[in-house]
Amino acid sequence: MLPQIAFFILSAIALVSAVMVITRRNAVHSVIWLIVTLFAVGGVFLMLHAEFLFAVQVILYVGGIMVLFLFVVMLVNLDVAVKEAQFNRQWHLALAAAVIVMAELGYGIYRGQQGFTPAQVAGAPAVAGNTQAVALVLYRDYMLPVEIASLLLLVAMVGAVIMAKRKLE
Amino acid sequence: MIPTHWYLFLGTALFTIGVIGVLTRRNVIIILMSIELILNAVNVNLVAFADYFKTVDGQAFAIFVITDAAAEAAVGLGLIIALFRNKETVNADEIDLLKW
Repeated sequence: MLPQIAFFILSAIALVSAVMVITRRNAVHSVIWLIVTLFAVGGVFLMLHAEFLFAVQVILYVGGIMVLFLFVVMLVNLDVAVKEAQFNRQWHLALAAAVIVMAELGYGIYRGQQGFTPAQVAGAPAVAGNTQAVALVLYRDYMLPVEIASLLLLVAMVGAVIMAKRKLE
Repeated sequence: MIPTHWYLFLGTALFTIGVIGVLTRRNVIIILMSIELILNAVNVNLVAFADYFKTVDGQAFAIFVITDAAAEAAVGLGLIIALFRNKETVNADEIDLLKW
């Protein structure tokens, strides 16, 4: 019973704060609510036995990316943007389309939920500890993707520097 | 023990909220934040299936998704800064240089 209660509390926090993210007028408030969402999603990771991913979520997402967001929000802080209309003209249509997509996905999952009950496929990780298991998978099975991801980060870093640079010589 | 499809419902709801944010907001920064919400929904699904199949491959993929999110945030925010310097706006409706 306890895991279910924890799951529902975490889900409620994540969803409510996600709605707050997309409805707040002030971008700084949105960033704060997004941090709450990320913590709740991190709690869901913990419930799914992904302890390393929880640490990555807190350190990298909350500590890194969201601070970057806050910096930019402060840099381009516009009083004009707070005062004008927050939603664009076609928001009714967009809302309807998104809700239809959610209904379709939810119906598909609802219809297919029986397929989840029995399986529990074998193949338990041999090593103890989530971090060790993730490291083994990352650096043994996914060696090339890790290298590509590091290259992607390098390109993104150079790109961000060039974009934010004042003038190109 | 929580059934796997509960996590999928959570991922669906988070994804939809992110899509609504991308489609309806006018502030470019909040659109980027909605994309982060969408990526988190994907991560919830990946980790839920990793737990279901008792492997950590899904968690490895979630790490790749987080890497992508970091790269996307860095480049996107750099773009926003460059845009703000040139046009003095963060409103997506006013950024229509490519519109005929």
